[in-house]
Amino acid sequence: MKHKWLIPWFFIAPALGTLLIFFFLPVLASLLMSCTDFDIYALGHLSRARWTGLENYGRLLQDPLFWKSLGNTVYFVLAGGPLTILAALLAAIGLNSRQLRLRDWFRLGYFTPVITSLVAVAVVWRYLYHPRFGLFNYLLSFIGVGPVNWLGDPVWAMPALIILAVWKNFGYYMMIFLAGLQTIPDYLYEAARLDGAGWWGQFRHVTLPQLAPTTFFVTLMTIIGYFQFFAEPYVMTQGGPVNSTLSVVFYLYQQGFRWWRMGYASSIAFMLFFIIFLIAMIQMAARKRQEAA
Amino acid sequence: MTRRSIPLIAFSLACMLLTGCRRDAGEQIILDFWAMGAEGENIQPLLPGFSQRHPEISIRVQTVPWGAAHDLLLTAFAGGSSPDLCQLGNTWIPEFQAIGAIRPLDPFLADSSLRPADYFPGIWETNCITGRVYGIPWYVDTRLLFYRSDLLAGAGYPRPPRDWVEWLDLSRRLVRQRPGSYALFLSTIFNDWQVPAILILQNGGRLLRENDCYGAFSEPATLEALRYYVTFFHDSLAVINMSEVANIFQGFSEGVFSMMVTGPWNVSEMRKRMPHLSGRWSTAPLPAGRNGASVAGGASLVLFEKCRHPEAAWKFIRYLSEVETQQAFFGLTRDLPAVRAAWQTPEIENDPETGAFYRQLEMALPTPRIAEWEQVAVKMQEYLEQVIYKKMSLEEAAGKLDRDVDRILEKRRWLIARNLL
Repeated sequence: MKHKWLIPWFFIAPALGTLLIFFFLPVLASLLMSCTDFDIYALGHLSRARWTGLENYGRLLQDPLFWKSLGNTVYFVLAGGPLTILAALLAAIGLNSRQLRLRDWFRLGYFTPVITSLVAVAVVWRYLYHPRFGLFNYLLSFIGVGPVNWLGDPVWAMPALIILAVWKNFGYYMMIFLAGLQTIPDYLYEAARLDGAGWWGQFRHVTLPQLAPTTFFVTLMTIIGYFQFFAEPYVMTQGGPVNSTLSVVFYLYQQGFRWWRMGYASSIAFMLFFIIFLIAMIQMAARKRQEAA
Repeated sequence: MTRRSIPLIAFSLACMLLTGCRRDAGEQIILDFWAMGAEGENIQPLLPGFSQRHPEISIRVQTVPWGAAHDLLLTAFAGGSSPDLCQLGNTWIPEFQAIGAIRPLDPFLADSSLRPADYFPGIWETNCITGRVYGIPWYVDTRLLFYRSDLLAGAGYPRPPRDWVEWLDLSRRLVRQRPGSYALFLSTIFNDWQVPAILILQNGGRLLRENDCYGAFSEPATLEALRYYVTFFHDSLAVINMSEVANIFQGFSEGVFSMMVTGPWNVSEMRKRMPHLSGRWSTAPLPAGRNGASVAGGASLVLFEKCRHPEAAWKFIRYLSEVETQQAFFGLTRDLPAVRAAWQTPEIENDPETGAFYRQLEMALPTPRIAEWEQVAVKMQEYLEQVIYKKMSLEEAAGKLDRDVDRILEKRRWLIARNLL
């Protein structure tokens, strides 16, 4: 067996090959594309694409719509992320308690939105948000709050999408939290109770620290997922009104697939990649320092 | 995702092999024809008539949903798998011409009895780019005024408004008379840019200048038209928050608004959804500014550059352009015939709501025929939205719009300077 080292390569070759062809090559191609002005004309004759170096990135930094979309996305992440995590954690704790009957039914109920197609859900939610006949405004009328034009008002459109996204996504993270909760050994709670800890004390000093790795994972996944905010504005508002729900990915989609400005769209994609990468790195570093302390 | 795509590719390869085998059988000429939405679904009954006359040609129709058609055609072109002939929205023609996807039809036209005068002038023009004809109009549409005759009569207008002054006056009266309602519905959702563009054309203004290389939105006639447009929103005469109207048919029938500017497809929709409203609504040409223009819309038939049998494809286009075929097609889809002679049928002549379209179509004008037009138009609507919501003054918006449009058209100027366009 002279070429023993070849054997593992042989086994991972199919996976590696697919990864190379369907992932690394396209990524490389779009990186190159982001340095050109590839557009509809270039689709006809490749010679009509011009090498522009970093011009796309420079223009992007001066593009008010890009900043607007980035601001909207950050708003969505900062408001939607914590709300999703909180909702997921509360639901998980609720479902984990032994007293609850029909636990599986609740679990199914909370998880259903995750596996339902957003396009189908959007139809229903558009009705819920309807300014005249919607359920939300009907409920608000009981506490004397005037009708809110959820999807038509630039101020309210984003909160409306955040509520929808939280409802749609918290079930998934709830399942992860639930798995995390079930790994916490009972004796820790027993010991805490013996030490006189109440419900809050147990939660603060046992549940939360034990859940820390899970919470870290969930936070990272929510941030990465929410930065790629796209489907909600795509099906509900098309980025409107007045660009108040224009997200970075939606802007990328518009530039790339509506106007066929592939060069510019690629530069948006890499900018977003860079931002997410940076945030993930910061978070990892913070976590390491915390663990070391 | 990467792993899932392998069976997909295998499947499509298998499909290609299968279709490849079929093509070899017989001496038949097969033409791939892509049609969109309702047109694709309803064209089948017209095919036997053609195959009777030309048994050697068979047409393979593929229906493409409207929403995906644009992307699909571009991707097909990029991948070298475009159809032989296709239905193309006439605002898309410049784009497909610019990338060299479709071929000029002048050689065929020269030997044919088909005359530009058989068509509405504005519509025909949308198919002409730099002096060549790239498409034959198949069906047409344009925007005009739908109005509630009962509500208008109540406001002292037994007939629809004829000009801008009357239109504004009527709108104010309607809102005064029925507080809480609106006079007009002008869609601003999903970047519906048609109405402001129409008003600019009606005012004799320009959208672009210097061979369509720069924006002309700060020119006085254009600004004046846009100011008129915005007035309807600022004076609460037109619906601002689109989500306030559950659907336009309900809004129209409940009198949330009494007029709307929309296209022929809503004539049959209105009849189907609001039969009880019959006799209380009608259509009319748009109130005129300096002229009574509207936008020239519709779809044309085009031949792709890669078409394998252009003569056979041209025969099919000729067949679809015959008066009888056009009338039969109207019966199947309610799409308005592009050939003017086809309008002389009792089915259309006895239809009051459709008749107005003929008069409007004669006054229709094309929007700028450049690949970037839609991008420009959506930009315009974006800035107008800012003005409507009072986040920007009209003058400021027009200035910024011109700047943005000039940037969008930079590539066009570069190509023109090098004689590449």
